[in-house]
Amino acid sequence: MKMVLSLIVWAVLWEIAGRLKLSTIVPPFTAVIQAMFEITPTDKFAKAAIITLRSFGLGMLFALVIGIPLGIVMARVKGIGRLLGMWVNIFVSAPISALVPILMAVVGIGETTVVVTVFLFAVFVITLDTQVGITHADRSLVEMGRSFGATRGQLYSKILLWSALPEILAGVRLGAIRGVKGVVIGQLLVAIIGVGELFEVYSNNFLMEEFWALVTIVFLFAFVISEAIAYLERRVEYYAASR
Amino acid sequence: MTEAIVEVKGISKTYNNGRGEETHALRDVNLSFPKGELSTLLGPSGCGKTTLLKIIAGLIPRNAGEVLVKGKPVEGPGAERAFVFQDFALLPWADVLRNVAFGLELRGTPRPEREEVARKYIAEVGLKGFEHRYPAQLSGGMRQRVGLARALTVDADIILMDEPFSSVDEQTRRKFQEDLLDLLRHHQKTVIFVTHSIEEAAYLSDQIALLSPRPGRVAKIVRPNVDHSRSPDEIRRDQGYLDTVDEIWGMLRQYV
Repeated sequence: MKMVLSLIVWAVLWEIAGRLKLSTIVPPFTAVIQAMFEITPTDKFAKAAIITLRSFGLGMLFALVIGIPLGIVMARVKGIGRLLGMWVNIFVSAPISALVPILMAVVGIGETTVVVTVFLFAVFVITLDTQVGITHADRSLVEMGRSFGATRGQLYSKILLWSALPEILAGVRLGAIRGVKGVVIGQLLVAIIGVGELFEVYSNNFLMEEFWALVTIVFLFAFVISEAIAYLERRVEYYAASR
Repeated sequence: MTEAIVEVKGISKTYNNGRGEETHALRDVNLSFPKGELSTLLGPSGCGKTTLLKIIAGLIPRNAGEVLVKGKPVEGPGAERAFVFQDFALLPWADVLRNVAFGLELRGTPRPEREEVARKYIAEVGLKGFEHRYPAQLSGGMRQRVGLARALTVDADIILMDEPFSSVDEQTRRKFQEDLLDLLRHHQKTVIFVTHSIEEAAYLSDQIALLSPRPGRVAKIVRPNVDHSRSPDEIRRDQGYLDTVDEIWGMLRQYV
């Protein structure tokens, strides 16, 4: 309720600022909403959306498939944890965007670059949170598993992963938010595909209504993804709290 | 005395604190645990009683000595020993039924079969009707009953209990102790029990091993002259029980 109220206040302020023509780059909010309905049914938008979703999905998939096992290994094998821990910590806070031009030089200008960018934006925080989750997994649950004859595989699949699930989900949520940033930044820098291309077109031609409409759509997308994962997190919270 | 089902011979354990200093947790511990009896490891904190129990369970490695179960040396955990944990160690994401059946789940017993066995033991520990509750919805005493049911479900001959009542409130504890005696006698289990409560040890045990601290070693073995077939209230007023408590306290007070 509070959130809705605050959104309404911001929308009204935006509308007023737009109507007063304070700045040429701020069109009224209503005009932006109108533009949103104009651009979404177009072929160009559909194509951009598909490319963007595909890059985002692939990048996230790789981030999960590599990030989670890497975090587990780092938590369970002390040597590897120490060896890679520093690097993961550096990269989790490093400005990955600065690497995109180098990526372009290595993997070429195109969708691959964007996928790799999403991957790099998302993977480190997922690895780090998985590592924390597994490291802090309940020792006595592991001991319990061993005392009842659990195999190594069972310790992971039936105890450690579940025990670390709250942290892993938190990492995935943060990773997904970074991934959205990654896909937009990647496409902007590559500048010839997907939503990034549309951003270029709109800003170069000074189509501010369309530009802000697209920004809003991207924001909404990130918000929906993050809320969906947060919903999962709340579902597992009841046991996380009782650990 | 009946034959020993578990024997520990010359067990030593040192912990290294990482700065080259060594702590002797246990030194040359020799003990035998008679079949079908309840033996207690009793001592002040720091005497290594939990360490010894976990070495018997095969959960932590020892530096010297050996553990014999039914005459055979063992390394690591085995199906003939089941552990009941001080902090219950229940899976918070699983309901009572799955927790109790978890030992069998790890062994690959098919689901209908293991749930049938689990339901039987859930009823025996007095938790019938709670099969689909989660650990967070249960009191400490009920959680430990789940832990006990899980240990019974795997049908081990030997039950190892690490201060199982220390997180359980006093009233619940008495009732639980009485139920435990009934249940174990009924199933003819051998129990090795760690506690720091003299009364608990004297009330429950056939044999009490008193451990002295730093390094932990066996100071004395007491066999309380208590008739466990009598009612709980009679036992608590029994002269043999009271004498045992006094005797143990006389021994232990020098370490406190």
